[in-house]
Amino acid sequence: MTKISMKVNGKEVSGEVEGRTLLVSFLRDTLGMTGTHVGCDTSQCGACVVHVDGAAVKSCTMLAMEAEGAEVATIEGQANADGTLSVVQQAFQDHHGLQCGFCTPGMVMSATALLKDNPKPSEAEIRHYLEGNICRCTGYHNIVKAILAASGQLEGAIAAE
Amino acid sequence: MYEFEFVKPTTVADAVAALGEEEAQALGGGQTLIPTLKQRLAMPATLVSLTGIAEMKGVKAEGGTVTIGGGTTHGTVAKEAASAYPALAALASNIGDPAVRNRGTIGGSLANNDPSACYPAAALASGATIVTSSREIAADDYFQGMFTTALEDGEIVTAVRFPVPEKAAYIKFEQPASRFALVGVFVAKYADGVRVAVTGASEEGVFRWSEAEAALSANFSAAALEGLSVPADGMIGDLHGSKEYRAHLVGVLTKRAVAAA
Ligand code: FES
Ligand code: FES
Repeated sequence: MTKISMKVNGKEVSGEVEGRTLLVSFLRDTLGMTGTHVGCDTSQCGACVVHVDGAAVKSCTMLAMEAEGAEVATIEGQANADGTLSVVQQAFQDHHGLQCGFCTPGMVMSATALLKDNPKPSEAEIRHYLEGNICRCTGYHNIVKAILAASGQLEGAIAAE
Repeated sequence: MYEFEFVKPTTVADAVAALGEEEAQALGGGQTLIPTLKQRLAMPATLVSLTGIAEMKGVKAEGGTVTIGGGTTHGTVAKEAASAYPALAALASNIGDPAVRNRGTIGGSLANNDPSACYPAAALASGATIVTSSREIAADDYFQGMFTTALEDGEIVTAVRFPVPEKAAYIKFEQPASRFALVGVFVAKYADGVRVAVTGASEEGVFRWSEAEAALSANFSAAALEGLSVPADGMIGDLHGSKEYRAHLVGVLTKRAVAAA
Protein backbone atom coordinates (compact mmCIF):
# COMPACT_ATOMS: atom_id res chain seq x y z
CA MET A 1 0.00 0.00 0.00
CA THR A 2 1.12 3.52 -0.78
CA LYS A 3 -0.10 6.75 0.74
CA ILE A 4 -1.48 9.30 -1.73
CA SER A 5 -2.75 12.84 -1.21
CA MET A 6 -4.88 15.08 -3.36
CA LYS A 7 -7.40 17.88 -3.05
CA VAL A 8 -11.03 16.80 -3.35
CA ASN A 9 -13.51 19.66 -3.64
CA GLY A 10 -10.89 22.00 -2.24
CA LYS A 11 -10.07 19.87 0.80
CA GLU A 12 -6.74 18.08 1.38
CA VAL A 13 -7.32 14.35 1.66
CA SER A 14 -5.07 11.32 1.81
CA GLY A 15 -5.34 7.56 2.06
CA GLU A 16 -3.63 4.23 1.45
CA VAL A 17 -4.06 2.64 -1.98
CA GLU A 18 -2.72 -0.25 -4.04
CA GLY A 19 -1.33 0.24 -7.54
CA ARG A 20 -4.56 -1.13 -8.97
CA THR A 21 -6.91 1.05 -6.89
CA LEU A 22 -9.15 3.07 -9.21
CA LEU A 23 -9.82 6.73 -8.56
CA VAL A 24 -13.52 5.94 -8.13
CA SER A 25 -12.75 3.33 -5.46
CA PHE A 26 -10.53 5.81 -3.64
CA LEU A 27 -13.38 8.35 -3.64
CA ARG A 28 -16.15 5.93 -2.71
CA ASP A 29 -14.47 3.32 -0.53
CA THR A 30 -11.51 5.11 1.02
CA LEU A 31 -13.06 8.57 1.43
CA GLY A 32 -16.68 7.39 1.74
CA MET A 33 -17.81 9.91 -0.90
CA THR A 34 -20.47 7.86 -2.66
CA GLY A 35 -21.92 10.66 -4.77
CA THR A 36 -19.79 9.50 -7.70
CA HIS A 37 -21.48 6.40 -9.09
CA VAL A 38 -20.27 3.25 -10.84
CA GLY A 39 -22.72 2.20 -13.51
CA CYS A 40 -20.69 -0.01 -15.77
CA ASP A 41 -17.05 -0.08 -14.64
CA THR A 42 -16.13 -0.38 -18.34
CA SER A 43 -15.89 3.34 -19.30
CA GLN A 44 -19.17 3.31 -21.20
CA CYS A 45 -21.79 5.00 -19.01
CA GLY A 46 -20.22 8.13 -17.54
CA ALA A 47 -21.90 7.81 -14.10
CA CYS A 48 -18.39 8.08 -12.59
CA VAL A 49 -17.34 11.34 -14.30
CA VAL A 50 -15.35 13.69 -12.04
CA HIS A 51 -12.98 16.55 -12.87
CA VAL A 52 -9.25 16.08 -12.42
CA ASP A 53 -7.34 19.36 -12.69
CA GLY A 54 -10.37 20.79 -14.44
CA ALA A 55 -10.81 18.04 -17.05
CA ALA A 56 -13.78 15.64 -17.05
CA VAL A 57 -12.57 12.04 -16.76
CA LYS A 58 -14.11 8.65 -16.08
CA SER A 59 -12.91 7.85 -12.58
CA CYS A 60 -13.51 4.13 -13.16
CA THR A 61 -10.80 4.22 -15.84
CA MET A 62 -8.09 6.15 -14.05
CA LEU A 63 -5.80 4.84 -11.32
CA ALA A 64 -5.98 6.63 -7.98
CA MET A 65 -2.20 7.07 -7.99
CA GLU A 66 -2.46 9.05 -11.24
CA ALA A 67 -4.39 11.68 -9.26
CA GLU A 68 -1.61 12.17 -6.68
CA GLY A 69 -1.35 15.92 -6.03
CA ALA A 70 -4.29 16.73 -8.32
CA GLU A 71 -7.36 18.89 -7.74
CA VAL A 72 -10.39 16.64 -7.98
CA ALA A 73 -13.97 17.91 -8.16
CA THR A 74 -16.95 15.63 -7.54
CA ILE A 75 -20.71 16.07 -7.37
CA GLU A 76 -20.43 16.62 -3.59
CA GLY A 77 -18.59 19.89 -4.24
CA GLN A 78 -20.98 21.36 -6.79
CA ALA A 79 -23.49 23.11 -4.50
CA ASN A 80 -22.77 26.70 -3.49
CA ALA A 81 -21.24 27.45 -0.09
CA ASP A 82 -24.66 28.40 1.33
CA GLY A 83 -26.07 25.01 0.38
CA THR A 84 -28.07 26.17 -2.64
CA LEU A 85 -27.70 24.16 -5.81
CA SER A 86 -25.27 25.09 -8.59
CA VAL A 87 -26.76 26.57 -11.76
CA VAL A 88 -26.50 23.21 -13.54
CA GLN A 89 -27.96 21.25 -10.61
CA GLN A 90 -30.84 23.72 -10.28
CA ALA A 91 -31.57 23.50 -14.01
CA PHE A 92 -31.69 19.68 -13.80
CA GLN A 93 -34.25 20.00 -11.00
CA ASP A 94 -36.29 22.71 -12.74
CA HIS A 95 -36.43 20.91 -16.07
CA HIS A 96 -36.85 17.39 -14.75
CA GLY A 97 -33.46 16.32 -16.09
CA LEU A 98 -33.45 13.22 -13.90
CA GLN A 99 -35.72 10.36 -12.97
CA CYS A 100 -33.96 7.64 -10.94
CA GLY A 101 -30.94 9.90 -10.59
CA PHE A 102 -28.31 7.22 -11.05
CA CYS A 103 -26.65 8.87 -14.05
CA THR A 104 -27.09 12.37 -12.66
CA PRO A 105 -23.75 12.88 -10.85
CA GLY A 106 -21.93 12.12 -14.10
CA MET A 107 -24.37 14.13 -16.19
CA VAL A 108 -23.96 17.18 -13.95
CA MET A 109 -20.17 16.90 -13.95
CA SER A 110 -20.07 16.49 -17.76
CA ALA A 111 -22.51 19.36 -18.29
CA THR A 112 -20.49 21.59 -15.97
CA ALA A 113 -17.29 20.79 -17.87
CA LEU A 114 -19.02 21.51 -21.19
CA LEU A 115 -20.30 24.90 -20.08
CA LYS A 116 -16.88 25.90 -18.76
CA ASP A 117 -15.41 25.26 -22.25
CA ASN A 118 -18.37 26.37 -24.30
CA PRO A 119 -20.76 28.64 -22.36
CA LYS A 120 -23.45 28.70 -25.08
CA PRO A 121 -23.49 25.26 -26.69
CA SER A 122 -26.03 24.39 -29.37
CA GLU A 123 -28.36 21.46 -28.86
CA ALA A 124 -26.22 19.40 -31.28
CA GLU A 125 -23.05 20.27 -29.35
CA ILE A 126 -24.68 19.23 -26.08
CA ARG A 127 -25.77 15.88 -27.51
CA HIS A 128 -22.29 15.29 -28.99
CA TYR A 129 -20.68 16.14 -25.65
CA LEU A 130 -22.93 13.72 -23.76
CA GLU A 131 -22.05 10.74 -25.98
CA GLY A 132 -20.18 9.12 -23.10
CA ASN A 133 -22.97 9.62 -20.54
CA ILE A 134 -25.75 7.06 -20.66
CA CYS A 135 -29.17 7.59 -19.07
CA ARG A 136 -31.68 4.74 -19.11
CA CYS A 137 -34.59 6.81 -17.81
CA THR A 138 -35.05 10.23 -19.32
CA GLY A 139 -34.51 9.73 -23.03
CA TYR A 140 -32.04 12.66 -22.73
CA HIS A 141 -34.55 15.26 -23.84
CA ASN A 142 -34.92 17.00 -20.48
CA ILE A 143 -31.20 16.68 -19.77
CA VAL A 144 -30.45 18.60 -22.96
CA LYS A 145 -33.16 21.10 -22.06
CA ALA A 146 -31.71 21.58 -18.57
CA ILE A 147 -28.25 22.27 -20.01
CA LEU A 148 -29.67 24.75 -22.52
CA ALA A 149 -31.45 26.45 -19.61
CA ALA A 150 -28.31 26.43 -17.45
CA SER A 151 -26.49 28.21 -20.28
CA GLY A 152 -29.17 30.91 -20.32
CA GLN A 153 -30.64 29.77 -23.63
CA LEU A 154 -34.25 29.24 -22.63
CA GLU A 155 -35.42 30.23 -26.11
CA GLY A 156 -33.36 27.36 -27.44
CA ALA A 157 -34.76 25.08 -24.75
CA ILE A 158 -38.24 25.72 -26.03
CA ALA A 159 -37.14 25.12 -29.60
CA ALA A 160 -35.85 21.72 -28.42
CA GLU A 161 -39.39 20.69 -27.42
CA MET B 1 -7.21 -6.44 -11.80
CA TYR B 2 -4.18 -8.29 -10.56
CA GLU B 3 -2.03 -6.16 -8.30
CA PHE B 4 0.99 -4.38 -9.80
CA GLU B 5 3.59 -1.82 -8.82
CA PHE B 6 2.90 1.67 -10.12
CA VAL B 7 5.71 4.04 -11.05
CA LYS B 8 5.49 7.46 -12.64
CA PRO B 9 8.82 8.68 -14.04
CA THR B 10 9.18 12.29 -15.22
CA THR B 11 11.66 11.78 -18.07
CA VAL B 12 11.75 9.50 -21.13
CA ALA B 13 15.13 8.14 -20.00
CA ASP B 14 13.74 7.09 -16.60
CA ALA B 15 10.68 5.55 -18.26
CA VAL B 16 12.88 3.50 -20.61
CA ALA B 17 14.93 2.31 -17.64
CA ALA B 18 11.78 1.34 -15.71
CA LEU B 19 10.44 -0.53 -18.76
CA GLY B 20 13.66 -2.54 -18.88
CA GLU B 21 12.60 -4.36 -15.71
CA GLU B 22 10.94 -7.79 -15.84
CA GLU B 23 7.21 -7.72 -16.80
CA ALA B 24 6.99 -3.95 -16.97
CA GLN B 25 4.32 -2.34 -19.15
CA ALA B 26 3.89 1.26 -20.28
CA LEU B 27 0.66 3.04 -19.33
CA GLY B 28 -0.48 5.98 -21.47
CA GLY B 29 -3.90 7.41 -20.74
CA GLY B 30 -5.12 3.94 -19.82
CA GLN B 31 -8.34 4.09 -21.81
CA THR B 32 -7.59 0.71 -23.40
CA LEU B 33 -5.10 -0.75 -20.95
CA ILE B 34 -7.15 -0.25 -17.77
CA PRO B 35 -10.21 -2.06 -19.23
CA THR B 36 -7.82 -4.82 -20.40
CA LEU B 37 -6.34 -5.13 -16.90
CA LYS B 38 -9.82 -5.23 -15.36
CA GLN B 39 -10.60 -8.26 -17.50
CA ARG B 40 -7.35 -9.82 -16.30
CA LEU B 41 -6.16 -10.14 -19.89
CA ALA B 42 -2.76 -8.79 -18.87
CA MET B 43 -0.66 -9.27 -15.76
CA PRO B 44 2.21 -6.77 -15.66
CA ALA B 45 4.39 -6.69 -12.54
CA THR B 46 4.95 -2.95 -12.95
CA LEU B 47 2.97 -0.27 -14.73
CA VAL B 48 5.12 2.60 -15.91
CA SER B 49 2.89 5.65 -16.25
CA LEU B 50 3.93 8.02 -19.03
CA THR B 51 1.55 10.79 -17.92
CA GLY B 52 4.15 12.60 -15.80
CA ILE B 53 6.62 13.18 -18.67
CA ALA B 54 6.37 16.85 -19.67
CA GLU B 55 8.72 16.48 -22.70
CA MET B 56 6.17 14.10 -24.30
CA LYS B 57 3.28 16.56 -24.26
CA GLY B 58 2.09 19.28 -26.58
CA VAL B 59 1.43 20.26 -30.19
CA LYS B 60 4.01 22.22 -32.23
CA ALA B 61 3.47 23.53 -35.76
CA GLU B 62 6.38 24.80 -37.82
CA GLY B 63 7.49 24.72 -41.44
CA GLY B 64 4.65 22.59 -42.81
CA THR B 65 4.97 19.97 -40.07
CA VAL B 66 2.85 19.37 -36.99
CA THR B 67 4.66 17.53 -34.21
CA ILE B 68 2.58 16.01 -31.44
CA GLY B 69 4.10 14.63 -28.25
CA GLY B 70 3.27 10.96 -27.67
CA GLY B 71 1.67 11.77 -24.32
CA THR B 72 -0.67 14.41 -25.74
CA THR B 73 -4.36 13.71 -25.16
CA HIS B 74 -6.94 13.59 -27.96
CA GLY B 75 -8.67 16.56 -26.33
CA THR B 76 -5.50 18.66 -26.57
CA VAL B 77 -4.90 17.67 -30.21
CA ALA B 78 -8.52 18.58 -31.03
CA LYS B 79 -7.90 22.09 -29.68
CA GLU B 80 -4.27 22.81 -30.43
CA ALA B 81 -3.93 21.28 -33.91
CA ALA B 82 -7.14 22.91 -35.17
CA SER B 83 -5.50 25.71 -37.13
CA ALA B 84 -2.38 23.88 -38.33
CA TYR B 85 -4.00 20.58 -39.39
CA PRO B 86 -7.80 20.81 -39.16
CA ALA B 87 -8.56 17.29 -40.48
CA LEU B 88 -6.33 15.79 -37.79
CA ALA B 89 -7.92 17.92 -35.06
CA ALA B 90 -11.38 16.94 -36.29
CA LEU B 91 -10.43 13.26 -36.12
CA ALA B 92 -9.18 13.70 -32.54
CA SER B 93 -12.37 15.52 -31.53
CA ASN B 94 -14.47 12.48 -32.51
CA ILE B 95 -12.51 9.74 -30.73
CA GLY B 96 -14.54 8.12 -27.93
CA ASP B 97 -16.23 10.76 -25.79
CA PRO B 98 -14.98 13.91 -24.01
CA ALA B 99 -13.89 12.13 -20.81
CA VAL B 100 -11.99 9.50 -22.82
CA ARG B 101 -10.39 12.26 -24.92
CA ASN B 102 -9.13 13.94 -21.75
CA ARG B 103 -7.09 10.83 -20.85
CA GLY B 104 -6.37 8.88 -24.04
CA THR B 105 -3.15 9.77 -25.88
CA ILE B 106 -1.92 9.64 -29.47
CA GLY B 107 1.12 7.58 -28.47
CA GLY B 108 -1.06 5.07 -26.65
CA SER B 109 -3.38 4.73 -29.63
CA LEU B 110 -0.52 4.21 -32.09
CA ALA B 111 1.32 1.77 -29.82
CA ASN B 112 -1.85 -0.30 -29.42
CA ASN B 113 -2.75 -0.17 -33.15
CA ASP B 114 -6.33 -1.31 -32.65
CA PRO B 115 -7.66 -2.29 -36.10
CA SER B 116 -10.61 0.10 -35.60
CA ALA B 117 -8.78 3.05 -34.07
CA CYS B 118 -8.80 6.44 -35.83
CA TYR B 119 -5.20 7.69 -35.37
CA PRO B 120 -3.52 4.91 -37.40
CA ALA B 121 -5.47 6.12 -40.46
CA ALA B 122 -4.24 9.69 -39.95
CA ALA B 123 -0.62 8.63 -39.44
CA LEU B 124 -0.58 6.33 -42.47
CA ALA B 125 -2.44 8.71 -44.81
CA SER B 126 -0.16 11.59 -43.79
CA GLY B 127 3.02 9.57 -44.19
CA ALA B 128 3.81 10.56 -40.61
CA THR B 129 7.04 9.76 -38.80
CA ILE B 130 6.71 7.89 -35.50
CA VAL B 131 9.45 9.12 -33.17
CA THR B 132 10.32 6.68 -30.40
CA SER B 133 12.67 6.59 -27.45
CA SER B 134 15.33 5.04 -29.69
CA ARG B 135 14.66 5.88 -33.39
CA GLU B 136 12.33 7.27 -36.05
CA ILE B 137 9.97 4.98 -37.97
CA ALA B 138 8.07 5.85 -41.17
CA ALA B 139 4.34 5.14 -40.87
CA ASP B 140 4.60 2.82 -43.90
CA ASP B 141 6.96 0.57 -41.90
CA TYR B 142 5.33 1.06 -38.51
CA PHE B 143 1.91 -0.61 -38.86
CA GLN B 144 2.34 -4.38 -39.15
CA GLY B 145 -1.16 -5.79 -38.76
CA MET B 146 -3.84 -5.88 -36.06
CA PHE B 147 -2.39 -4.81 -32.69
CA THR B 148 1.10 -5.21 -34.16
CA THR B 149 3.66 -2.47 -34.77
CA ALA B 150 7.38 -2.09 -35.38
CA LEU B 151 7.87 -1.13 -31.71
CA GLU B 152 10.30 -3.26 -29.72
CA ASP B 153 9.66 -4.20 -26.09
CA GLY B 154 10.07 -1.16 -23.88
CA GLU B 155 10.18 1.29 -26.81
CA ILE B 156 8.02 4.39 -26.26
CA VAL B 157 6.31 6.58 -28.87
CA THR B 158 7.61 9.98 -27.77
CA ALA B 159 6.25 12.07 -30.68
CA VAL B 160 4.56 11.88 -34.06
CA ARG B 161 5.49 14.21 -36.94
CA PHE B 162 2.78 14.91 -39.51
CA PRO B 163 3.61 16.67 -42.79
CA VAL B 164 0.65 19.01 -43.32
CA PRO B 165 -1.24 18.20 -46.56
CA GLU B 166 -2.79 20.69 -49.00
CA LYS B 167 -6.18 19.14 -48.37
CA ALA B 168 -7.38 16.32 -46.14
CA ALA B 169 -10.44 14.83 -44.48
CA TYR B 170 -11.29 11.87 -42.32
CA ILE B 171 -14.74 10.31 -42.43
CA LYS B 172 -15.70 7.51 -40.10
CA PHE B 173 -18.78 5.37 -40.06
CA GLU B 174 -19.16 5.06 -36.34
CA GLN B 175 -20.02 1.91 -34.46
CA PRO B 176 -22.48 3.70 -32.16
CA ALA B 177 -21.87 1.69 -28.98
CA SER B 178 -18.07 1.83 -28.93
CA ARG B 179 -17.65 4.95 -31.11
CA PHE B 180 -14.76 3.16 -32.81
CA ALA B 181 -14.72 3.24 -36.61
CA LEU B 182 -16.77 0.49 -38.24
CA VAL B 183 -14.82 1.83 -41.21
CA GLY B 184 -12.87 5.08 -41.36
CA VAL B 185 -11.08 6.62 -44.34
CA PHE B 186 -8.44 9.35 -44.22
CA VAL B 187 -7.62 11.06 -47.51
CA ALA B 188 -4.65 13.46 -47.71
CA LYS B 189 -3.54 15.37 -50.82
CA TYR B 190 0.13 16.39 -51.02
CA ALA B 191 2.02 18.15 -53.82
CA ASP B 192 3.52 14.81 -54.85
CA GLY B 193 0.32 12.73 -54.71
CA VAL B 194 -2.66 11.57 -52.70
CA ARG B 195 -2.59 9.04 -49.86
CA VAL B 196 -5.65 7.10 -48.72
CA ALA B 197 -5.63 5.07 -45.48
CA VAL B 198 -8.46 2.84 -44.30
CA THR B 199 -9.07 1.74 -40.70
CA GLY B 200 -11.71 -0.56 -39.20
CA ALA B 201 -12.12 -2.61 -42.36
CA SER B 202 -9.27 -5.06 -42.83
CA GLU B 203 -8.21 -8.09 -40.83
CA GLU B 204 -4.66 -6.82 -41.41
CA GLY B 205 -5.40 -3.54 -39.61
CA VAL B 206 -4.96 -0.11 -41.19
CA PHE B 207 -3.98 -0.18 -44.91
CA ARG B 208 -3.42 2.10 -47.91
CA TRP B 209 -5.83 1.78 -50.82
CA SER B 210 -3.39 2.17 -53.69
CA GLU B 211 -5.90 2.10 -56.61
CA ALA B 212 -7.77 5.00 -55.06
CA GLU B 213 -4.48 6.83 -54.45
CA ALA B 214 -3.51 6.50 -58.13
CA ALA B 215 -6.93 7.63 -59.36
CA LEU B 216 -7.06 10.60 -56.97
CA SER B 217 -3.48 11.65 -57.71
CA ALA B 218 -4.52 12.00 -61.38
CA ASN B 219 -7.85 13.67 -60.61
CA PHE B 220 -8.74 14.71 -57.05
CA SER B 221 -12.50 14.31 -57.25
CA ALA B 222 -15.06 11.77 -56.03
CA ALA B 223 -15.85 11.03 -59.71
CA ALA B 224 -12.32 9.62 -60.15
CA LEU B 225 -13.30 6.79 -57.79
CA GLU B 226 -16.24 5.57 -59.90
CA GLY B 227 -15.93 1.86 -60.57
CA LEU B 228 -13.17 1.29 -57.98
CA SER B 229 -13.79 -1.10 -55.11
CA VAL B 230 -11.80 -3.11 -52.57
CA PRO B 231 -12.31 -6.88 -52.46
CA ALA B 232 -14.45 -8.21 -49.58
CA ASP B 233 -11.87 -10.94 -49.06
CA GLY B 234 -9.73 -10.12 -46.03
CA MET B 235 -12.21 -7.59 -44.62
CA ILE B 236 -13.48 -7.94 -41.04
CA GLY B 237 -16.89 -9.60 -40.86
CA ASP B 238 -18.70 -9.55 -37.50
CA LEU B 239 -22.11 -8.90 -35.98
CA HIS B 240 -21.76 -5.16 -36.72
CA GLY B 241 -21.22 -5.61 -40.45
CA SER B 242 -20.30 -8.28 -43.00
CA LYS B 243 -17.10 -8.29 -45.07
CA GLU B 244 -19.08 -7.14 -48.11
CA TYR B 245 -20.67 -4.31 -46.15
CA ARG B 246 -17.30 -3.06 -44.92
CA ALA B 247 -15.80 -3.29 -48.42
CA HIS B 248 -18.73 -1.23 -49.72
CA LEU B 249 -18.26 1.36 -46.97
CA VAL B 250 -14.61 1.83 -47.96
CA GLY B 251 -15.72 3.06 -51.40
CA VAL B 252 -18.53 5.26 -50.08
CA LEU B 253 -16.48 6.85 -47.31
CA THR B 254 -13.50 7.53 -49.58
CA LYS B 255 -15.77 9.51 -51.89
CA ARG B 256 -17.20 11.41 -48.94
CA ALA B 257 -13.73 12.17 -47.63
CA VAL B 258 -12.62 13.52 -51.01
CA ALA B 259 -15.76 15.68 -51.18
CA ALA B 260 -15.15 16.97 -47.64
CA ALA B 261 -11.41 17.67 -48.12
S1 FES C 1 -18.77 3.54 -14.25
FE1 FES C 1 -17.23 4.67 -15.24
S2 FES C 1 -18.06 4.94 -17.20
FE2 FES C 1 -19.54 3.67 -16.25
S1 FES D 1 -32.17 9.33 -14.51
FE1 FES D 1 -32.12 7.20 -14.33
S2 FES D 1 -30.34 6.70 -15.46
FE2 FES D 1 -30.58 8.78 -15.88
